[in-house]
Amino acid sequence: MTAIDPPVLTADGTPLKASLRRALRREKARAFLLVSPLLFFVLLTFIAPIADMLFRSVENGIVHDTIPRTVQALRNWDPGESEVPGDDVFEAFYTDMVFAVERKSHTRLGSRLNYERTGLASLFRKSGRRVGKFDTKDYADAFNTLDPAWGNPATWDVLAGSEAANLPRTASAYATWLEVIQADGDDPLGEEPWDVLYAALFSDLMQAPAGGFASPLLNDAQSAAARFEPISLREQFGAIDEDWLDPQVWRTIQTYAARYTPGYFLNSVDLKLTADGVQYRDEGDRIYVLLFGRTLYMSLVITISCILLGYPVAFLLANLPLRTANLLMILVLLPFWTSLLVRTSSWKVLLQQQGVINDILVALRFVDDASRLVLINNQTGTIIAMTHILLPFMILPLYSVMKTIPPAYVRAAKSLGATDWTAFWRIYFPNSVPGIGAGSVLVFILAIGYYITPELVGGTRGVFISNRIAYHISSSLNWGLAAALGTILLFAVLMLYWTYDKIVGIDNVKLGG
Amino acid sequence: MSGLPPYATFTQKLWHYAFRVICGIVFFFLIAPIIVIVPLSFNAQDFFTFTPEMLALDPDGYSFKHYNDFFTNPDWQQAMWNSVRIAPMATLLSVSFGTLAAIGLSQPHVPFRRALMAILISPMIVPLIISAAGMYFFYSRVGLQGSYWGVVLAHAALGIPFVIITVTATLVGFDRSLTRAAANLGANPVTTFAKVQMPLILPGVISGGLFAFITSFDEVVVVLFVGSAGQKTLPWQMFTGLREQISPTILAVATILVTISAILLATIEILRRRSERLRGMSPG
Repeated sequence: MTAIDPPVLTADGTPLKASLRRALRREKARAFLLVSPLLFFVLLTFIAPIADMLFRSVENGIVHDTIPRTVQALRNWDPGESEVPGDDVFEAFYTDMVFAVERKSHTRLGSRLNYERTGLASLFRKSGRRVGKFDTKDYADAFNTLDPAWGNPATWDVLAGSEAANLPRTASAYATWLEVIQADGDDPLGEEPWDVLYAALFSDLMQAPAGGFASPLLNDAQSAAARFEPISLREQFGAIDEDWLDPQVWRTIQTYAARYTPGYFLNSVDLKLTADGVQYRDEGDRIYVLLFGRTLYMSLVITISCILLGYPVAFLLANLPLRTANLLMILVLLPFWTSLLVRTSSWKVLLQQQGVINDILVALRFVDDASRLVLINNQTGTIIAMTHILLPFMILPLYSVMKTIPPAYVRAAKSLGATDWTAFWRIYFPNSVPGIGAGSVLVFILAIGYYITPELVGGTRGVFISNRIAYHISSSLNWGLAAALGTILLFAVLMLYWTYDKIVGIDNVKLGG
Repeated sequence: MSGLPPYATFTQKLWHYAFRVICGIVFFFLIAPIIVIVPLSFNAQDFFTFTPEMLALDPDGYSFKHYNDFFTNPDWQQAMWNSVRIAPMATLLSVSFGTLAAIGLSQPHVPFRRALMAILISPMIVPLIISAAGMYFFYSRVGLQGSYWGVVLAHAALGIPFVIITVTATLVGFDRSLTRAAANLGANPVTTFAKVQMPLILPGVISGGLFAFITSFDEVVVVLFVGSAGQKTLPWQMFTGLREQISPTILAVATILVTISAILLATIEILRRRSERLRGMSPG
């Protein structure tokens, strides 16, 4: 025997190992190639939307994008102060608001902030109507009397370029002004400069070192501006609504200025983000923890009802002769295959106060005609209808597990002297527990995210968290909160799914028995 | 369980029959709500309960007026037409992508098999309201919200897990030496697939397709958000009907849908048995 075996070669002379490895690699690549179109499809049509939702639950660019100068100026304001922010913030806010109104984005910002502080939506709407009629018109008149060149946008264009270092507010306001004018499809040179530009210029001139400009036009304007009557923007805003002089409003804006916020998640668990940190929402507004609790509680009740009703049926099906069992199986599969809407509508019809069930109960004199049972638009309705809808999802996994329990086990137990009950409880039942586990997780996962049935038969007290998500998407338009609630629900379901995978395995999901 | 031994005690007999009664009640609970709407849909009155005429089996108590309404009302007809346009297209997409991927996933060596499977099955696991929310946000970003293709793509994504599951289940029993034999006899991969593999997995593909079809045909949550009025499907119309003014026409529609489900269920059962027979998994 030699020290090193010569490598085994294939017919074409390459080592067998390398050849096998290449073949394996090719096989893997082919398998992946077959899967990739679908993978791409699912990533695009399904995973990307879910990722988008996760992103929206923390995204909060609207404040920063709509009023960037205010956000910048508010950084230097201590929210602990009882005073409203200084003039610089109001100046920045004035500039931002004028452009936001022009872009019609101020109402959207108002509704966004309204989720955090009621009243801000109307405050922004009201201010939007008035912000163009401020006394800053006086600045425009004064500058134009001083030198008619100020009425020409070309002057501003030159100065915003050459003197930008000494005129930061003017340069930035002018740049936005250009954008706004051009977005309308107008020629900036044919427009009259807006009051907001003069206000920015005045403020810049007041703060720049005296005579420090290269342009004589600016130096003249600076010395003249010192004699202008200064207009307090704070008072102008205060004249619109006293709320602008309330530091709380500014604290809210400052708190929600960040591009990403945990605010929506805090709202989903009845907390809120304030300048002083995280706090509980007002007593009357705390609904989400209750709703999550109710969703969990009702899903649990539905799951337990499904176990209680499904176990005997699955047991019967698994122990009957195959032919009879297959026939009875149709009674389980037909509801499984029937449209959800059909089953929900039939429950809606059956459970009504003038419906079939109440009619039968009255006919049998179980209840009085005057006191018909209220079975719908409450939790009872949701639980009955959803138990019916989800019952096949409990019976099918239970049945497939029970089918694998050898009948010899129970027979052996009985021959050893066990009573029927002992044989069932000590032998059969423990063997069927995996089926209960699989069915329960499946039913619970499905129940926790149900929307249609609770919406139709649940009334107000029988609704789930999903109904609230739908409400925020289509009615209140608070998409961020909807996304945050959805994210929490998604993670709850994924946790359960992970458990399900541990118990049953994804590959063993069976459909239709 | 099937029969009582002759030596059974009284308690055993009692329990035996009591158990069957319990099961009978559960079966009744399962099936009655579906059956009861069938006679109700022929009600001559606009009531949701049995009228005395109906109970007396008086022919005047029954009529086709709700069916008539369904077939003449433009709202219902438009909804029906939309459903018929959306579901087959979504099914086609899920079946073609899904079958290809299921064949890939059934190869002996697939990199990241578990992760791939988890991603592809996820549309079935994630609650519909969350899928609907995500799709609504994302599809409105890319301009698909409220369009025919938006709804079709969303429904195709929802149907894919069913195709994957049924087709991979069929492929588990697939004898790989058959394809090798075909290749050995000179068939190229495409011929092998078309002549050998496809006929054998066809039952799985069809039942996967039926699952995908019924998913799209019955789906209401996602279409409610991703669609606009122009994509109003039958379930959506039912949902609106149930929420706003409930009209007995819904019962007629429900009866038609139950009939369709019964036909689909029968088809799937036949296919499943045929597939098991073909693969030699069950005798006869």
